[in-house]
Amino acid sequence: MAILINKESKIIVQGFTGKIGSFHAEEMIEYGTNVVGGVTPGKGGQKHLDRPVFNTVKEAVEETGADCSILFVPPAFAADSAMEAADAGIKTLVAITDGIPAHDMIKVKRYMRRYKNEERMTMVGPNCAGVISPGKCMLGIMPGHIYKEGNVGVIGRSGTLGYEAAEQMKNLGIGISTSVGIGGDPINGSAFKDHLAKFEQDEETEVILMIGEIGGPQEAEAAEYAKENVSKPVIAYIAGLTAPKGKRMGHAGAIVSSKGESAADKVEILEAAGITIAKNPSVIGDTVASVLKS
Amino acid sequence: MNIHEYQAKEILTKFGVAIPKGGIAYSPENAKDRANELGGDMWVVKAQIHSGARGKAGGIIVCKSHQEVSDAANELLGKTLVTNQTGPEGLTVQRIYVEEASDIKKEYYLGLVFDRSTESIMVVASSEGGMSIEEIAKEKPETIIRAKIEAAVGMQSFQAREIAFALGLEAKAISRCASAILGCYKAFATSDATMVEINPLVLTGDDHILALDCKMSFDDNALYRIPQIAELRDKTQEDSKETYAHDRGLNYIALDGDIGNIINGAGLAMASMDMIQLAGGKPANFLDVGGGATPEKFVKAFKLISSDPNVKVILINIFAGINRCDWVAQGIVDALAQITIEQPLVIRLAGTNVDEGMKILKDSNIDYIEASTLEEAANKAVKALKDLENK
Repeated sequence: MAILINKESKIIVQGFTGKIGSFHAEEMIEYGTNVVGGVTPGKGGQKHLDRPVFNTVKEAVEETGADCSILFVPPAFAADSAMEAADAGIKTLVAITDGIPAHDMIKVKRYMRRYKNEERMTMVGPNCAGVISPGKCMLGIMPGHIYKEGNVGVIGRSGTLGYEAAEQMKNLGIGISTSVGIGGDPINGSAFKDHLAKFEQDEETEVILMIGEIGGPQEAEAAEYAKENVSKPVIAYIAGLTAPKGKRMGHAGAIVSSKGESAADKVEILEAAGITIAKNPSVIGDTVASVLKS
Repeated sequence: MNIHEYQAKEILTKFGVAIPKGGIAYSPENAKDRANELGGDMWVVKAQIHSGARGKAGGIIVCKSHQEVSDAANELLGKTLVTNQTGPEGLTVQRIYVEEASDIKKEYYLGLVFDRSTESIMVVASSEGGMSIEEIAKEKPETIIRAKIEAAVGMQSFQAREIAFALGLEAKAISRCASAILGCYKAFATSDATMVEINPLVLTGDDHILALDCKMSFDDNALYRIPQIAELRDKTQEDSKETYAHDRGLNYIALDGDIGNIINGAGLAMASMDMIQLAGGKPANFLDVGGGATPEKFVKAFKLISSDPNVKVILINIFAGINRCDWVAQGIVDALAQITIEQPLVIRLAGTNVDEGMKILKDSNIDYIEASTLEEAANKAVKALKDLENK
């Protein structure tokens, strides 16, 4: 099953003909992802990577039946493109773009609320590595080969730290149902708890791994949600125990500005909710393995 | 990005928020002229640094003569002020603001922030001005008033009025206060701000509302579309090494340890720092070189890290995804052909083409310590440091 994307997903690429969009579209196609076309305003009617290019997302959806999109549009235009995807009926949007202004993300989130719950698009990112359901579909910029197919659902903020965890698990023979990168920005399209809910419903997923970091209330909100609503075991690692207060650690959202936002505070909140903590980044795989065994 | 008080106040006036009259000065002579232009018989000389809590640090001086204004300016200009927001190294005062003294009847707190849990702009106010919002939250939490702004329509007049009434203002000051709040909201919403803080917002003896102080911060991701604000950036108020790195496309934060590190990805960088600490060491910095690990990027990173006198050992941890380990290894080798580093170097590569990458490093003539896991890398870096100390 997996969540968000699977073998049947029909993918379009927004920002298809650009350098970055082209490169990653090719990687996704090589992985076996069903990329059915792309959108670049003004280049409609052309062919790119053997697939049709459309002027608008609406047109692409009508012609190809696409239900998922990946966004490589530059930051100044990304919010507009995300709203275009929501309006065209895209169900899952992965926004890779780094550097979208926070005011724009507030608008996007508000815009998505125009649609009823069941019709509303799930946006993943921005500023993330994307989503992969190993062996089925890759909607992102990750190296697909480090992900083994399996029963662990992964939700994380960071790209490379997520790769680190995936490789540790692969080396232990542990696979992943879906890995979701929610991104490092202060306002994300979707949060840890949104995907906890999806993994709880997913038959293939047996345990859930959260990879969080300093800054923001999302890990604490996920802890509260998991305590009440998630029956599957949840494991978490939080990066940034050594990060100083008030300094932005690379990600726009990775800054401790109030109580409950430091790594130590988050670990305490997650533990209190019954979540198993991976004590350090080199034992993420081992911690998942021990939870799977018990 | 942060700006100075006087710059923030100038922005506020454009949105109809009243402020005391004042002027900027760069010398004691200058300051005297400003006092003369302002007239009156009492002035406040305020150090302009990117920090609040300047009063407690001696950065705000009330003066009763032109001579006192000049003396205050003389004392503050060039002085390093340490507040609870600057860190122990403090910030240097290079300009001062001379303002007419205000007749204050009562002080209030007004702040506008991005609330990450409701994903909206939140207006926060309290009748206990002058204290920091953290202090208010601790000591007088019942005085805090919050209003969530609906993104689709923006702040409404009734919301500003509700806050003004809740602050306990008298009838004749209500509409003045409400329009000051709405003005601050408009300044926030139209200039990609991430914070506007008026502390204190004051009620004067004649029932006017004035923004006596103002702090504003802006979204770095939006600077491209607010050029008139981006221009106000004052690099003298920022950490010089962080600014140097940032201008060259590196995400760098200086820390106080002795193990320098070069890592790709913010999350992996934080995790590696944590590992260094667990291994018994202390990280000297956070440095995310980003995705494209080109030789040029490594040269810049090596220059930055190796020139730091605190750095005794350098740790490189790269998880190559789309950028392959063989490219990364070649990047490191090429960079080290251009720049010499004195410190022992621990390298851990992982991900795509890791064996090819390791072979390139082995076949090169660079002097390094190899590690295959994150834990091993941290342990070896700490051991290299101990070996140096035992020499």
